[in-house]
Amino acid sequence: MKLSNIVTELDLEIVAGYNLENENNEPQGVYICDLLSLVMGKAKEHDIWITIQTHVNIVAVASLVDITAIIVSEGIEIDEDTKAKASEVNIPIFRSNLSSYDLATKLNSLGV
Amino acid sequence: MSKDNIGLNLEYEVLRNDFTKAGEASSNIKKILTQLGINSSIIRRIAIATYEAEMNIAIHSLGGCITVNVTPKEINIVALDNGPGIEDIELAMQEGYSTAPNSVRELGFGAGMGLSNMKRCSDKFKITSQKGKNTRVNMIIYI
Repeated sequence: MKLSNIVTELDLEIVAGYNLENENNEPQGVYICDLLSLVMGKAKEHDIWITIQTHVNIVAVASLVDITAIIVSEGIEIDEDTKAKASEVNIPIFRSNLSSYDLATKLNSLGV
Repeated sequence: MSKDNIGLNLEYEVLRNDFTKAGEASSNIKKILTQLGINSSIIRRIAIATYEAEMNIAIHSLGGCITVNVTPKEINIVALDNGPGIEDIELAMQEGYSTAPNSVRELGFGAGMGLSNMKRCSDKFKITSQKGKNTRVNMIIYI
């Protein structure tokens, strides 16, 4: 399923880095974790990464392991420099008031 | 330039506690290797290895540098810091063991996976350190 459909279906708030270049990307899986080294080691290419971390380094991690998009759960506020970096390197960041678990179950029901 | 005739040396300074800039060296290395046409799964391993090295220098050391030497056969990465050294390397290598302070753990660092991620991504991995001296990590990844 295309990222643009996921944004609509999950009613995600678009935070930064989402554009015409990546809206048609199709995430292949989901990885949930708040420890950056675990994400580096275990997330797969083209995963959606759900986290409550909002520090600028999440963009570096996502970019280095080719994550399709980051969803920040629990409605947590996102740092301004994180938004700027995400726009710069083209990594979409979304936000939702749902928990990581609820987001994951919804993504699962959408076939991701 | 293609990967068949490369001889490239990259060097990056990593500052102590600079988490906003940390990640830039590995991002830059990844970009250059992608331009050279190196296989994406190898680039991924190099990206992980250099990122973890960068974060380790930023979190645990007084600062240091990462050098990457690219040849047609291998990528040779050296992460060298200015101390203060590791007392027990075997313990530091254990997954989950971390001496990172709470302030950086809250940012998602300090999982105790850095060195093991680096080792896992390398074909050859060597760490030398001594308390009171610097730490040197050498990682070789075959292309």
